[in-house]
Amino acid sequence: MTRRFLTVILATALALAAVADAATPRVQIKEFKFVPALLTVPVGATVTWANGDQETHTVTATDRAYTSTGLEPEETYAHRFTTPGTYTYFCALHPHMTATVVVK
Amino acid sequence: MERRRFLQCLAWAGTGLVWAARGGVLSATPLGEASAAGADFTFAQISDTHVGFGGEANRDALGTLRDSIAGINALEPRPAFVLHTGDLSHGQKPGAFDTLAQSLKAVRAEKIFYVPGEHDVAIDGGQEYLSRYGAGTYENRGFQSFDYRGVHFIGLVNVLAYKPGVGGALGDEQLAWLRRDLEALTPSTPVVVFTHVPLWAVYPSWGWTTADGEQAIGMLRRFGSATVLNGHIHQVLQKVEGSITFHSARSTAFPQPAPGAAPTPGPMKVEAGELRRLLGVREVRYVEGTAPLAVVERPLA
Repeated sequence: MTRRFLTVILATALALAAVADAATPRVQIKEFKFVPALLTVPVGATVTWANGDQETHTVTATDRAYTSTGLEPEETYAHRFTTPGTYTYFCALHPHMTATVVVK
Repeated sequence: MERRRFLQCLAWAGTGLVWAARGGVLSATPLGEASAAGADFTFAQISDTHVGFGGEANRDALGTLRDSIAGINALEPRPAFVLHTGDLSHGQKPGAFDTLAQSLKAVRAEKIFYVPGEHDVAIDGGQEYLSRYGAGTYENRGFQSFDYRGVHFIGLVNVLAYKPGVGGALGDEQLAWLRRDLEALTPSTPVVVFTHVPLWAVYPSWGWTTADGEQAIGMLRRFGSATVLNGHIHQVLQKVEGSITFHSARSTAFPQPAPGAAPTPGPMKVEAGELRRLLGVREVRYVEGTAPLAVVERPLA
């Protein structure tokens, strides 16, 4: 296998990773906070939340349009945003945990 | 679990409170120390059973629930009924309500009255909870009132209108119902309100408050004796405000830190030797605003 070919593969892989990152943005739940609290994603993006706390949390739309179940430590939840807008959500178990997803 | 650790768990695990009514005045005693001498009647309060919880703070929440039930069953005379002040389940884990119902079959009391906690309604907006426990409540909505031997009991739901960024809320319709419910009562009627989230602002930055709770409290001020019982914060906390006394009950599943004593309100892991620190939590006096509030904690069971 030539060095050049390897470089192409590497470049392709990096490009794909970048696309994947943009398409699968993540929100970390840590110490009773959503991080980042404000996330901007393109239309069609699927946002994944990961619970990094030892406590159970939910990801629940303020208007209740969607909700996760109770996420245990290390569990994740994903939701796809298909329409532009500003979406606020919270943890239905700890309502002082609030955050926003902006879809552009 | 090693025996010593197990006994420590039993020591901190909530075992409910027993309430004795004497001439309309209520007094609380941790289960196991209960003396109901001269009482008109007694009832027990159990809270935050969190069936389905499996975290480090208590790997055997069902075991400590069983212990709590044994404490209730040991009461003499037998309590007239039991109040469960919410968080029956832990985040509506599948099967949790069934498991709880199965466990509570062992309770020797005529009836158990329930109000939901946010863990019971967060996922499905209260559908399953109300299908199981809504019967007999106002329009199947979970809140209710009843009279027992001259005492008026009111169960309020403050978790179905949970407000993002705030905490519990009763909502205008429930407040209107409460106003109507109290209207006919004379000021000398002893009133007992039971609900999940504290009605007063225990610690708003952790959501330990009910947004419109003050409106409900206002309606209670004309009564000579009003008692408000809640769960949610997994620790014993008492406040006296005029003729209204507020009591927070412990959980049967796991303790939570005192207001502001930890970065987050998550379950508090009690290590061997940490029990004394937890006992120290009883000494916390919380002052809200400019008015000094007498917050007196009850001893652990």
